Amino acid sequence: MNKRPHYYDAKDLGRFGEINRVNPDLAKSFFDYYGKAMAAGALTEREKALIALAVSHALKCPYCIDAYSTTCLEKGADEAQMSEAVHVAAAMTAGITLVHSLQMQNRIDDVSMV
Amino acid sequence: MITTSEQNKALAAIQYSFAEQAGGTIRSRKISILQVNVGKLCNQACRHCHVDASPTRTEMLTESIAEKVLSALAQMPDCKTVDITGGAPEMNPVFRRLVSESKALGKHVIDRCNLTILEEDGFDWVAPFLAEHDVEVISSLPYFAASRTDAQRGKGVFDKSITALRKLNALGYGDRLPLNLVYNPSGLFLSAGQQSLEKEFKINLDKLDIRFNNLYCINNMPINRFLDSLIRNQKFEDYMEILVNAYNPSTLEGLMCRDQLSIGYDGRIYDCDFNQMLDLPAAVAHINDFDLKSLENREIVVGNHCYGCTAGAGSSCGGEIA
Repeated sequence: MNKRPHYYDAKDLGRFGEINRVNPDLAKSFFDYYGKAMAAGALTEREKALIALAVSHALKCPYCIDAYSTTCLEKGADEAQMSEAVHVAAAMTAGITLVHSLQMQNRIDDVSMV
Repeated sequence: MITTSEQNKALAAIQYSFAEQAGGTIRSRKISILQVNVGKLCNQACRHCHVDASPTRTEMLTESIAEKVLSALAQMPDCKTVDITGGAPEMNPVFRRLVSESKALGKHVIDRCNLTILEEDGFDWVAPFLAEHDVEVISSLPYFAASRTDAQRGKGVFDKSITALRKLNALGYGDRLPLNLVYNPSGLFLSAGQQSLEKEFKINLDKLDIRFNNLYCINNMPINRFLDSLIRNQKFEDYMEILVNAYNPSTLEGLMCRDQLSIGYDGRIYDCDFNQMLDLPAAVAHINDFDLKSLENREIVVGNHCYGCTAGAGSSCGGEIA
């Protein structure tokens, strides 16, 4: 029986590095890639943090929402920008859900006699 | 409002001692900057203020203390800069004398100007005076929009700041005269990425036709008004945990207290403005006993508030230090 009181523990965010407990080479490759992907390039660190915040919400990761809420503020975003980023994620999620209903329509049309 | 004694007690209760973390005595070097706090009177009362300055404060540097400060300055050949802060320094009648006589001694002068003072009745003289004396202006602007600026510094501050910045630009600031802005986080997070934030500020303020030279990113210090707010909102331990976890030993070399001396409105001497507000005097306690030799290579008085200057990329009156 699972004796942990919650599936998520906020303290685990600080333990992200321990994913290297097995396959340390793979973990290192991930962190190297992650660092490079999040560094400023054609996009600023603030813009990338807002994208990360949006993805965190779309994929419903509490660790990422926690971390990137702070990172967005540190990198100079304000609540208005962050909220818009979340709305982009929500709009995309809703749109992606809805566009798949065209497959539903296609199937309905395929099996209907009318 | 929390007393100085209560503040020092709360800071001392933090589990990880800064003095132990720093691993030994921190000593000053030659004094290249003399920072003078001319008083706690201010036309604003900002949330993050470590001075607890406001329009109701009465503590002000007098002519007599200014005389002694200038006399000490004349004995400090390695000191190249006089950094005048407050409160709103321009509200002290002694301000103009301090500026002009420091310049006469060949020193570079900085005015820590809150910008909105330029928009107050009776302070039309400030901007032209600063330009005429080639004073470097360093001003706080928490954000390039009203959202975070007004939340930290008061309603309407952003708009007044923009008007003031345009006035300074018209006098040559941001071009031939140095105009630097200071960013403070508007909450319990660290100042991060000075270079990238400076780019963001430049792009966004350019849209408002504002020019400036550099952005300095400074962490909020757990002192006075900010500390009081942290404790009342039960966030003090959380904030100290953030600062302690972000301790960066490579900031020790560039700490501002190592090259600077801080003089209070009453002539008392401190290692920095933060020690001044916590009433932690330096090895030589008062300008009456000024002795340059004793003040160079002095042992710096440290405490757990020092985590504010050593967190992340570090923090100083000139921004990041590591």
